[in-house]
Amino acid sequence: MNASFAPDFLTWLPAWLVMQSAALLVVMPLLSGPIALVLSRGRLAWTWAIIISLATFAMALILYGQVLEHGSVEYAFGDWAPPLGITYNIDALNMLILLLVAGMGVLSLFYGLPSVLREIAPKDQAAFFAAFMLCLTGLLGVAITGDAFNVFVFLEISSISTYVLIAMGGRQDRRALTASFHYLILGTIGATFFVIGIGLLYMATGTLNMADITAQLRLHGDDRVVRAAFAFIVIGLGLKTAMFPLHTWLPNAYAYSPTVVGAFLASTATKVAFYAMVRFTLGVFLPGSPFSDAFLGLVLAPMAVAAMVICSVQALYQTDLRKLLAYSSVAQLGYMLLGLSMGTMAGVSASLLHLFNHALLKGGLFMGLGIFALSFGVRQVQDLRGLGKTMPVAAAAFAICGLSLIGVPLTAGFWGKYFLITAALEKGWWWAATAILISSVLAIFYVGRMLETMYLQPAPKTKGRSKKITAKAPLLALIPLVLLAVANVWFFVDASLPKGLADAAANVLFGGGAP
Amino acid sequence: MTELLGNAINPAWVILAAGLLIAALPWHHARKSVMLLAPVLALYFWLRMNAFGDFAHMDIDTIGISLTTFRFDGLSRIWGLIFIIAAFLNAIYALHERDRLQDSMSVLYGGAAMAAVFAGDLITLFVFWEITAFTSVFLIWRTGTAAARNAGIRYLVMHIASGVLLLAGAVLLHAQTGSWAFEHIGLEAGLAGWLILIGFGVKAAFPLLHSWLQDAYPKATITGAVVLSAFTTKMAIYALARGYAGTEILIYVGVIMALFPVFFAVIENDLRRVLSFSINNQLGFMVVGIGVGTSLGINGAAAHAFADVLFKGLLFMSMGAVLYRTGTTKASELGGLFRSMPITAFFCLIGAGAISAFPFLSAFVTKALILAAVADEGHWIIWLALVFASAGVLEHAGIKIPYFSFFAHDSGRRVKEAPWNMLLAMGIAAFLSVFIGVNHRWLYALLPYANNYEPYTLGHIVGQMQLLLAAIFAFALLMRLGWYPSEKRMTILDVDWFWRKPGKAIGQWAYAIIARLWAHSMRGLSTSFRSISTMLAIFLSPNGGISRSFPAGALAGWAAAFLTLALMAVYMAN
Repeated sequence: MNASFAPDFLTWLPAWLVMQSAALLVVMPLLSGPIALVLSRGRLAWTWAIIISLATFAMALILYGQVLEHGSVEYAFGDWAPPLGITYNIDALNMLILLLVAGMGVLSLFYGLPSVLREIAPKDQAAFFAAFMLCLTGLLGVAITGDAFNVFVFLEISSISTYVLIAMGGRQDRRALTASFHYLILGTIGATFFVIGIGLLYMATGTLNMADITAQLRLHGDDRVVRAAFAFIVIGLGLKTAMFPLHTWLPNAYAYSPTVVGAFLASTATKVAFYAMVRFTLGVFLPGSPFSDAFLGLVLAPMAVAAMVICSVQALYQTDLRKLLAYSSVAQLGYMLLGLSMGTMAGVSASLLHLFNHALLKGGLFMGLGIFALSFGVRQVQDLRGLGKTMPVAAAAFAICGLSLIGVPLTAGFWGKYFLITAALEKGWWWAATAILISSVLAIFYVGRMLETMYLQPAPKTKGRSKKITAKAPLLALIPLVLLAVANVWFFVDASLPKGLADAAANVLFGGGAP
Repeated sequence: MTELLGNAINPAWVILAAGLLIAALPWHHARKSVMLLAPVLALYFWLRMNAFGDFAHMDIDTIGISLTTFRFDGLSRIWGLIFIIAAFLNAIYALHERDRLQDSMSVLYGGAAMAAVFAGDLITLFVFWEITAFTSVFLIWRTGTAAARNAGIRYLVMHIASGVLLLAGAVLLHAQTGSWAFEHIGLEAGLAGWLILIGFGVKAAFPLLHSWLQDAYPKATITGAVVLSAFTTKMAIYALARGYAGTEILIYVGVIMALFPVFFAVIENDLRRVLSFSINNQLGFMVVGIGVGTSLGINGAAAHAFADVLFKGLLFMSMGAVLYRTGTTKASELGGLFRSMPITAFFCLIGAGAISAFPFLSAFVTKALILAAVADEGHWIIWLALVFASAGVLEHAGIKIPYFSFFAHDSGRRVKEAPWNMLLAMGIAAFLSVFIGVNHRWLYALLPYANNYEPYTLGHIVGQMQLLLAAIFAFALLMRLGWYPSEKRMTILDVDWFWRKPGKAIGQWAYAIIARLWAHSMRGLSTSFRSISTMLAIFLSPNGGISRSFPAGALAGWAAAFLTLALMAVYMAN
């Protein structure tokens, strides 16, 4: 990583701000939630949420500056020393996630106002933004904390607010309620597994601090309690990550939730859970221990490949656009899990890079669909007809994100797949490389079907005339979408930011300590 | 050196930046000023680099790939210079035109071609290779006719395909060598070498891959054709000289390229299309020089490319002026224009003389290098064929173009002389063509390799004059006897006819046959095949087995089962 811009960037700021940025990153959105509720008017609460989310993003940038400078940052709450108190540990691995979540939070909020005003009942709008901020808090908290039990707490904060957010789609489509309920059941089971695992770990090591757990495990050695803890934790997190075959909650949750929620969750929620999985399998538990190798090689890798192929085919069959994208998300999570299951530096770095790119492109795709839905009520693939002409800017941005999903050169998506294939071949997993290629070909078809409908089929006729409307997408919603499309091209040209962080993160996990 | 690293500015960036600026400028005069100033600034940076000497530096080091966007050496500098000159002349020639799209696209196109020439690696080359296609196509589309639109699409398809071949070859090459550097490639590189050669060949208008050129250039706008004639094909010649010097097959490809357009050009009626054929013919000479691959051959290709940009640009400019004033370039509708456009006629004659290699004009000193290189290597048949092609050049480009537009029988058209800016651009191009012909040492000093060739020997002058006079005599004789095939409205079918008509028919036939075979074999396989697809649908379609919404209880049981599986895997491990 280069530390070029960091030093002078940090010296401008007051020292206390730099000192407390880690705490503020989580505390600000946490406290803003109830205040948003009190504000009680949709636009007012939105303005408040925007201000807080921008401040949160600024905190993430300050932290990034510190990570660039020092390699890692440790923040102990109330100055209680690590094994006793709660600490936040920020290194390259969670910095990537923090930047992503905070950034997507800002973009989603900007994007969200028009669709929230449309989709959510006026009396619920303030509550919506309150839940959104709490969800943001939870996701950031999971990523930032260095305390295992704290992970559970934040995971629950994010999950419970997510159930609320999804259920708010019920005004548009009643199926959102069952989707939310299913997610609630599965999410709770996942959280329970996770907390059981943490409990077992506490039994074995007597500590909850993640760094300390690792140290104690080194002394304690390997036994059935540790192994059971491992299995409970990875399966619990696997549920949250939508690891194939535990992904069944995801398609409906994404498809029927309000459009903003779909865009935000698709780009952040599963990514954060995946981060936690990486952190636990390779960071907390000793990497290279026989049971984690067995899990990665025998369970995770086959499931990842199955997800990549089967869910891509499922996406191919879908007619509902958001479900199509949701299945594609599960398939793309398969890519990330595959990179993790390789258990090598190259594999993990590639999967983190793919995570970053996928968040950008899938966020963009969901936002594009949201704009189409807002203007023309687009829900099905065939509704896209002629949108290339009627909404040229939004359609072009959507198309760029779609090409990035395929992994076409000149888009960011290319690098993730490129490095994944390289990593697979490096490990000698030619079958994994083949699966990546097959799944990419399937992606060509399901993305191509959308683009073909959008650009090559004429717009539907209304009253005997073809629609001559060039619908203006709401500017507030269009700007984040275009930004994401630009980012998808930009991170092809200069991928040094995500690639640098991903490499540094893999180095943290495997190289031992900061780069 | 380090001091220079900071100051080594790629002239191409200047032009590209100017192109982007022009796209944003709403004021006509501001745009034209930028168009004129950018090449001057680029020339300044070129001169500074030239004073410094060779330069190449990895300036972009993105993940896993190091790019060298600026390589200034003996081969790239001469192409860089002529592209800068061409950009300047094009700017003057287009001064009268109020069209933001064409202004920006022509400048970006020139800048991209320049950046491709200065590219030190295949990725950079690929990027700018494609950008030239995307920008230049607007110069064709801007004519606005349906024919131009379709020709533009065909053009774009060919050129994108060319870029894709280049990229595919580059990736294969990288797999073999581990390097993206753009150095000598050659056919030794196997499939990668062939792919890249064909990719280059499309842009260089190799025989059978050439139809886009005669298809699209005559349909481009007046200024567009001038701009197009300068960059794309010369860029491809550069790429061939860099990657495939001494590849023997290029000698034969080049000879065919030099010969076949002669026959087409002689019977073609549209004079801009005649010039398009003549591009092909001149490229043939260069490709032969590259195929020979000796230092004399490469020198010849470089020098001839330099001269060709000038005289071919000049001829396109003069035909553009005619088109601008009369609205047509059909030989059958023109004639006698020297009365009303004497200055244009004069410059056209200089261009015609230059392309026909009259002594003291540019091609005389450049084409001779290629012929000498061929002779040195003992390819006598090739040499003879090239001499014949030279006579053909005079026949179609040297005589036909000026004769049918400005002389011949009077068409009765009385038009104004070309606008002053067109005349100025033609004047500069004409001056440079003469200047090179006279001061050949100046051009020879710019060539990639040291060059002691002396074109002004008695034997060469006399031989060339004999050839030229014989060709003129033949033309006069044919005209007198009324056998010269021209001034008729007709459409000439080139090889692209084979793609468009019988090719299409064959394609349709093959499609029908394959469809029938497919249906037949499917009927045999249908039971098993249908059951597979039914199975897929049963499980994976929206209402299929694993896509359905499950009851929450089943999901919980499923999660528990999966946990058991994981626990087993973890316990079993040792």
